[in-house]
Amino acid sequence: MPTVDLADTPLRDLNAALHRLTPDSNETHWRVLNPRGRHSVAAGIDAPVAVEIAGHVGYYCAGMNKQASVVVHGNAGQGLAENMMSGQVRVKGDASQAAGATGCGGLLVIDGNASARCGISMKGIDIVVQGSVGHLSAFMAQAGNLVVLGDAGEALGDSIYEAHLYVRGTVSSLGADCVEKPLQEHHRAELRKLLEAAGVNGADLAEFRRYGSARRLYHFHVDNLGSY
Amino acid sequence: MCGIVGLFLKDPRLEPGLGALLAGMLGTLCDRGPDSAGFAVYGRDAPAGSAKLTLRTVPGFDVAGLMERLGRVAGAPLPHQVRDTHVVMTVPAAREAAIRAELARIPGTSIVGAGRRMEIFKEVGRPDRVAARFGLERMAGTHGIGHTRMATESAVTTDGAHPFTTGPDQCLVHNGSLSNHNAVRRELVRHGMSFQTENDSEVAAGFMTWKMREGASLEAALNAALAALDGFYTFVVGTAAGFGVLRDPIACKPAVMAETDRWVAFGTEYRALVDLPGVGNAKVWEPEPATPYLWERH
Repeated sequence: MPTVDLADTPLRDLNAALHRLTPDSNETHWRVLNPRGRHSVAAGIDAPVAVEIAGHVGYYCAGMNKQASVVVHGNAGQGLAENMMSGQVRVKGDASQAAGATGCGGLLVIDGNASARCGISMKGIDIVVQGSVGHLSAFMAQAGNLVVLGDAGEALGDSIYEAHLYVRGTVSSLGADCVEKPLQEHHRAELRKLLEAAGVNGADLAEFRRYGSARRLYHFHVDNLGSY
Repeated sequence: MCGIVGLFLKDPRLEPGLGALLAGMLGTLCDRGPDSAGFAVYGRDAPAGSAKLTLRTVPGFDVAGLMERLGRVAGAPLPHQVRDTHVVMTVPAAREAAIRAELARIPGTSIVGAGRRMEIFKEVGRPDRVAARFGLERMAGTHGIGHTRMATESAVTTDGAHPFTTGPDQCLVHNGSLSNHNAVRRELVRHGMSFQTENDSEVAAGFMTWKMREGASLEAALNAALAALDGFYTFVVGTAAGFGVLRDPIACKPAVMAETDRWVAFGTEYRALVDLPGVGNAKVWEPEPATPYLWERH
């Protein structure tokens, strides 16, 4: 198992080594020590490997991730797993703003809280937050799922398109065009699958409420014809 | 960009090393603000009946001559310490007004800080070099705040460097930009406040001073700032007793806090905190928007 200590290895060397990995690499389990809040740790991986990071990371950790499974044993700064394509990213602590922003695929799990704008402009990523999320989460969310086991801050799902939002706790307020929707059996199945994938056990599905787009904002309405 | 830091020591045994810890924090944030840097250190109390003035002079200034001239105004030589371009002097409170009046007549000097405990140092240049010039790593104190500046709203000058002070033992550092500072400045001037620059952050400092002068606690003043100031901000506000932190309601600017039994620290990024003793076991969190956080000793 390669172990890279960022106390004596430049971060660019670590990321370059991770970028060189091929699908048939035997170096499938990496350990990164002393991240000390550095930015862009393990960003841009495109290989089916596991990377464990021992400590807090700065901005854009595991950004653009493809295939890899990245675990942060600490907190993460802004833009965690930004624009992730596939694979899995898990943070054992909290994540700062814009976690999972513009993510196109894969699963992002935050064991603690995520702050503002979690899942902003998400495009297919699944995000499971075991704690709470801050304001403007899922802003302009287009596709994918955001599951929050705690509470959601103000303006959840503002200007949302077609993403599915599931929140177990309270929602401070809903953003423009975001409404509560009935949680039907196929939604329960979807939620169960997401929680299982995230390794979350014992959550009562009946406690969740579903939110989504009222589709009044982004669909043309014939009554507005006179405005054009 | 800009970077701000704050450190409040709970454990008095750390006090001799306050400056060294603060210098490390500032140095890490050079890349967030390479234009200028400044810091406030709350050190030993001035003796009873006296006050500390931190004076900035232009490079090459005749400090010996200045101190002689001020000594004549004070009626006795003034204890003072020269740190690069700055002079920290202890003045009899009864003669402070006369000394200020004399200083106002001397070109090439400006008072950058005043109070019983606070000393302020700021200059243009890379923050780690600025800190080294002033010998920050050898300063002791109970708490301190600092700033690395990437200028956006006004020029790269020492006058535009943070911290801004508008009252005794009070100062403020700011990451962000305010949009209604001209209107707020006009209002504060009507209340008798005066300002030395066109800088938006000085207005925030003046607002805090005005509120606290009117009797508000630091917490009440921060809450009032939420209603009065429009724009992007993370503020760290220093007082003789401690410091407060406030982020704007949409949390435009980053902020991280950490706390152990021995200290509380604020940093724009976690990177700034990584060399603090015991940080591995610290509680680390992101302060909530529109929520004042305070650490004060009473």
